[in-house]
Amino acid sequence: MSVNQDEHRLAGRARIAVAGARAATGDVFGRSSRRERLGNVVFPALLLLALSVALAGLLAIIVWAVVEGGSRANVDLITNGTSRLDAASAGYREAILGSLYVIGGVILLIVPLGVGAAIYLEEYADKTRWWNRLIELNIQNLAGVPSIVFGILGLAFVVRGPLSLGFVAAAGAITVAMLVLPTVIIAAREAIRAVPPSIREGSLALGATQWQTIRRQVLPAAFSGILTGTILAVARAFGEAAPLLLVGATTFVTFDPSLFENRFTTLPVQIFNYSKQPQEEFQVLAAGGALVMITLLVVVNSFAIGLRNKFERRW
Amino acid sequence: MMEKTIDVMRQAKRNTAIDADDHGLSLPTGEFAQPEYHEQRERAFELRNVSVHYGDTPAVKDVTMDIFRNNITALIGPSGCGKSTLLRCMNRMNDLIPSATVEGTLRYHGEDIYGPKVDPVQVRKIIGMVFQKPNPFPKSIYDNVAFGPRTLGMKGNEREIVKDALVRAGLWDEVKDRLDDNAYGMSGGQQQRLCIARCIAVEPDVILMDEPCSALDPISTARIEDLMLELKERYSIVIVTHNMQQAARVSDMTGFLMVQLTEDEKSRWGELVEYDETAKIFTNPADARTEDYIAGKVG
Ligand SMILES: Nc1ncnc2c1ncn2[C@@H]1O[C@H](COP(=O)(O)OP(=O)(O)OP(=O)(O)O)[C@@H](O)[C@H]1O
Ligand SMILES: [Mg+2]
Repeated sequence: MSVNQDEHRLAGRARIAVAGARAATGDVFGRSSRRERLGNVVFPALLLLALSVALAGLLAIIVWAVVEGGSRANVDLITNGTSRLDAASAGYREAILGSLYVIGGVILLIVPLGVGAAIYLEEYADKTRWWNRLIELNIQNLAGVPSIVFGILGLAFVVRGPLSLGFVAAAGAITVAMLVLPTVIIAAREAIRAVPPSIREGSLALGATQWQTIRRQVLPAAFSGILTGTILAVARAFGEAAPLLLVGATTFVTFDPSLFENRFTTLPVQIFNYSKQPQEEFQVLAAGGALVMITLLVVVNSFAIGLRNKFERRW
Repeated sequence: MMEKTIDVMRQAKRNTAIDADDHGLSLPTGEFAQPEYHEQRERAFELRNVSVHYGDTPAVKDVTMDIFRNNITALIGPSGCGKSTLLRCMNRMNDLIPSATVEGTLRYHGEDIYGPKVDPVQVRKIIGMVFQKPNPFPKSIYDNVAFGPRTLGMKGNEREIVKDALVRAGLWDEVKDRLDDNAYGMSGGQQQRLCIARCIAVEPDVILMDEPCSALDPISTARIEDLMLELKERYSIVIVTHNMQQAARVSDMTGFLMVQLTEDEKSRWGELVEYDETAKIFTNPADARTEDYIAGKVG
C-alpha cells in the first residue's frame, strides 16, 4: 500500500516538473510529433482520393449519357415501341413495361420471403443447432454467387423443369428474386438485430406474445432498415441483364409483355440490344436508354432515402 | 386452460386469509423459521429451494423465501450475487435466456409458476416488470401506455385506461399536453415513470422492479419511491436496489443476497443470507455478513 502511494507521489512530482518545464518554454500542452501531424494530413487525403475516384466514375457515366443520348431525351423515348429499322422513332415502351413486370414480381416475392426468413433467423432460430448455422452460412454464400448462375438455375427450374413457366416475365421475376433474396434477408436481419433487446423485453414483460412483440414492436422499429435493404435489392434487380437473357428476355420484342405469356424484354437488355446495332443512331438510342435508367434509379433511391429518414428511429 | 390457470391465480388473490398449509407447504425451516411475519400477511410468492444456472454455472442457489402481498420487498446485495436473476425467475423472463435453468419451486398464490400447464405469457400479464434502464418503445407517449391494453385486448375505453395509468404513475400533469410526442424526448426520470405507467396499464398484481432508479437523479428517485409507496396499496412490489437508503425507506421486507465461493474459488454463486422485516435487517441483523454489508464494510 505505502509503496504504491510513494510511487504515486513520485509520478505526480514528475508530472508537475514536466508541466513546469513546458510552461517555462511557453509550450503547455506539448507538441504532437511529426508523424502524428503527417498522418493527420495524409489519411484524409487518401480517403478523399478514393471518394473522388468513385464519384468521377459516376459523373463520367452521367455526362456521357447526357451528351450522347440527350438529343433523344423526350417522351417518345419512353412511349414509342421497339424498332430495329427506324432508330430515330424507336423507343423503350416494351422494355420499360417488361422491367416493371419483372420488378413488380420481384417485389412481391422478396418482401414476404426475405422478411419472413430474416424474422425466422433472428427471432426463432436456435443458433446452437447446426442446421440453422448451415442456413445462415448458405445465405451469406448465396449473396456472392454470380448472377449468370442464377440465370442457369432459372432456365433449368423455372423456365423448364419443375415450374415449366416457359420464357415469360414471371420466370424472369422468379429468377431475379432468387438472385437478390439473400441481400434482402441479410439487410432485414441486420435491421431486426439493430432493434435493442430491451424493446423486446419491455413488450414481453407486459404479457405480449412473441409474435405480437415481433409484429407490433420489432418490425415497425426495423421498418426503415428493411425498406432500405429492399429498395437497394430492387435497384440491383432493375439493372440485371445477364440472368434475364437466359430466361427469355430476348431481342426485339415488339409487343407489350404479360406475366405468363410471350417473351419479354427489359430496359437493360434492350439497351444492350440497341447498342449492338451498327448504326450510329442506335448508339444514341442506347445512351438515351441509359439516361432513362439512371433517372429511374435516382428517383427510386431518393424515394428510399426519403422514406428511411421519415421512419428512422433513434434509441 | 391457460385462462383457467390465471383465474385460479386471481381467485387465490381474493381469498385474503390464505393459509399456507392449505397448499401442503411446510413453513420454511432453519434460519427461515422465524416467525411472526408468516401469521400476519398474505403470501404472494413462495420460493422453495430455488436455484438458477446459466449453462453449468450456478447463479443463485437454494433460495427459500416468502414474498407478501401489498408489501414492498427489497432485494439487496453486492453486484453479481444474482438479484436480477432471482427477480427474472418470478415472471419467467429467464425463459428468454436459452441457457438459464430454474430448479426448485416458485409458487404464486399457490400456483406453480413453472408448472407444466402454465403459459409464461399469462404469468407476465399478472406479474409485470420495470427494468433498470428505462426502455420506452419508440412510439408516442400515448402509444407506449396503450400498447399493453391493446395487445392484451383489454376491454374499456382506451383513453381512460391510458389516462388512469399516467395519473397513477404521477406523470399525467407533465405529459397531458404532449401525449403524441415521441417518448424518447422525455427525461430519464419521466421515461422510467412512463415504463411504470405502461406496466400498471395492464393491471398486473405484482410489479418487479430491477434497480428502477439507478439511472436517475435524487429528485426523480424520490418521486418513484413515493409512487411505489402509493402503488403498494394495490400491487405487490419486489425491488432490486443497490441503494441501502432506498431499501430502508420504502421496503417492508428485505432480503440480503451474497456471493459464495467454493474453497478453491473456482465456482461462485449467490445465496440468500438473510430475509426479514426491513426494520430488523437494518437495525439488528441476525447475520454478521448482513451487518457488514449494510455498514458498507463489504461489497
Ligand atoms: N444471460 C446470462 N448468461 C450467463 N450468465 C449470466 C447471465 N446473466 C447473469 N449471469 C451471471 O449470473 C450471475 C448473477 O447475475 P445477476 O445479473 O443476477 O446479478 P445481480 O445481483 O443482478 O448483479 P448487479 O447488481 O450487478 O445487477 C453473475 O455471475 C452473472 O455473470
Ligand atoms: Mg442486476
